[in-house]
Amino acid sequence: MSTAAPEKKEKVVQPFDYDKYLRPNKLPHIWCPGCGHGIVLKALLRAIDKTGLPKDNIVMVSGIGCSSRTPGYVDFNTMHTLHGRAMAFATGIKFARPDLKVIVVTGDGDALAIGGNHFIHACRRNIDMTVLVYTNATYGMTGGQYSPTSPIGSTATTSRYGNIEPPFDTCEMAKASGASFVARGTAYHTIELERTIYDALMHKGMSVVDIIDACPTYFGRMNKYKSATQMMEILEKDNTVNIKQADKLPPEKLQGKMLRGVLHKVDRPEYCDQYEEHVIKKATSKE
Amino acid sequence: MAQKKKLLQGNEACVEGALYAGCKFYAGYPITPSTEIAEGLSVRLPKVGGKFIQMEDEIASIAAAIGGSVAGLKSLTATSGPGFSLKQECLGYACIAEIPLVIVNVMRGGPSTGYPTGPSQADIMQAKWGTHGDHPVIAVTPSYVQEILSETVRAFNLAEKFRTPVIVLYDEIIGHMREPITIPVPGELEVIDREKVTCEADEYFPYDERYEIAPLAPFGSGYRFHVTGLNHKKDGFPTNDSKQIDANNRRIMRKIENHKEEIWKNEETFLDDAEVVVFTLGSTARSARFAVNKAREEGIKAGLLRPLTIWPFPDKAITELSKRVKAIIVPEMNLGQMTLEVERCSKKADVVGIHRVDGEPITPAQILDAIKKHK
Ligand SMILES: Cc1ncc(C[n+]2csc(CCOP(=O)(O)OP(=O)(O)O)c2C)c(N)n1
Ligand code: SF4
Repeated sequence: MSTAAPEKKEKVVQPFDYDKYLRPNKLPHIWCPGCGHGIVLKALLRAIDKTGLPKDNIVMVSGIGCSSRTPGYVDFNTMHTLHGRAMAFATGIKFARPDLKVIVVTGDGDALAIGGNHFIHACRRNIDMTVLVYTNATYGMTGGQYSPTSPIGSTATTSRYGNIEPPFDTCEMAKASGASFVARGTAYHTIELERTIYDALMHKGMSVVDIIDACPTYFGRMNKYKSATQMMEILEKDNTVNIKQADKLPPEKLQGKMLRGVLHKVDRPEYCDQYEEHVIKKATSKE
Repeated sequence: MAQKKKLLQGNEACVEGALYAGCKFYAGYPITPSTEIAEGLSVRLPKVGGKFIQMEDEIASIAAAIGGSVAGLKSLTATSGPGFSLKQECLGYACIAEIPLVIVNVMRGGPSTGYPTGPSQADIMQAKWGTHGDHPVIAVTPSYVQEILSETVRAFNLAEKFRTPVIVLYDEIIGHMREPITIPVPGELEVIDREKVTCEADEYFPYDERYEIAPLAPFGSGYRFHVTGLNHKKDGFPTNDSKQIDANNRRIMRKIENHKEEIWKNEETFLDDAEVVVFTLGSTARSARFAVNKAREEGIKAGLLRPLTIWPFPDKAITELSKRVKAIIVPEMNLGQMTLEVERCSKKADVVGIHRVDGEPITPAQILDAIKKHK
């Protein structure tokens, strides 16, 4: 025994244990091959793991849509609510239990069309939650109608002659509404996305991450993309620039491109804290 | 502790009732004639460590209240006609997801914006059928300021016991009327709290069929589970299995249907020998009581059946009564919502509606006239 050579310390990279966070018996998921939603989920789970938060303290809330099916597959306290209302339900949960980490998963239709009012007001309150908006520029679940982020001229089952409505810029809207952390990522830039989501989760206050991901089944097919990967290359890779590189690029290179990364981050009083510090304190003081 | 006497408005009594019941979460959006409930709770809830939030609309309000309840707090939202319409989708969510919740609807004139400061009783059917799909509904209907307090407490009890949304339905008249009432001391009224979950986490199923009503664990209590408005299995996850869907849809109806006797609450006045009976609720029951007393003074055998639970509908009481009285008079501040139900349940007696939708209360004289005509 004494003759055995001392063990060499090799750094073994452990494969990430997704099963720790998934509900394996609820799989397979409903998403189509090539859908970006699964890639986002992967980044999200890795980011959550980095925070070290116990699963019992994590709440995931969603609305209705393909993206909103995410909570069914993950082993947290999960609530699949009504179309557009996720942030309102989540506000109730967070306000009742500020010690819990609340994550909202929502589609661009869910968050910005039917849920637009809840979205801007959740931002305005700066309530501590992380909202991931899955921007696929379409209503996937109902079969490819145009959404509030569909580009002008794009085709959908309800815009056969080309969309005439200008799209929202989700990040600008979140910022203008008062969210204290606003970022954008894509399903193409997975490592960057994981980091961005991690930063969002660690931020105190309302954090919004707009995530460009592709719906090959509807948006792709209707707009003549050849494949899911081609969609990712065009819409997510070529069409976006990281904000850190953007500074170095001439304006013409930025034309028509969306910025990725953390676009806005400020310290602003958080809603639940304010309630404790102002409302409860004043209501319970003797005078 | 001595009982406290107070001169309170109906909506203020609702605040007292909510606090007595242990309500710790309110989310709402201002609307006449219910706003005093929000105003009152915005002051009172923080004093007991409770949460008050004014949301961006009524949909958000009930959604947040459901969220508060899932997180373990007894939750309330209050509104009136237009707001009640907006809440319907979430109300259905609370029915199928079986989330305890109390919704107050102080009825004003409708349809639409209607008559904001005028009373009505025109949301009786909306309370039952406002949200889509078959679903169970419990609605309680106080007539007096004191009763708004006690019925609000009962609403919370029913919500917790049956894991379902409960509606407190009263009209603007009693919402804004002031009456001297007694604030009950702790222990005087029954208060039912949510059943605690004690099993192992991996044995917990939020819709466990072994129970008629499985206990609901709050989020963040170590029981991780899934809630959805989709048809689901015992573990809360969506299903397309027609057998499961059928079983679950029937179970949520049955859990109320099987307990109607304990949910029903009727006040019966002079029914033993009555030949003409007035069936009505809310402030209209006050006019009816006056009319019935007057009729008795004149030697007419009149009686009053006043439901404090309108949903589930007190069909048994009406059917029985209808076999031995000549007529059932149904005064209501709408164009015949309860009358229709009474007709459905009445086996022999004539059913006579008195309807008013002009924003004015139904007077004792109107009811007395009808009693005399049908005695
Ligand atoms: C009140 C209501 N209106 C409409 C629908 C139908 N509906 C379901 S999902 C959806 C759109 C989903 O699109 P999005 O939120 O962008 O998510 P995606 O499916 O693209 O991930 C719609 C319109 C609904 N479920 N509820
Ligand atoms: S329809 Fe589109 S959004 Fe929905 S799962 Fe398929 S690819 Fe994804």
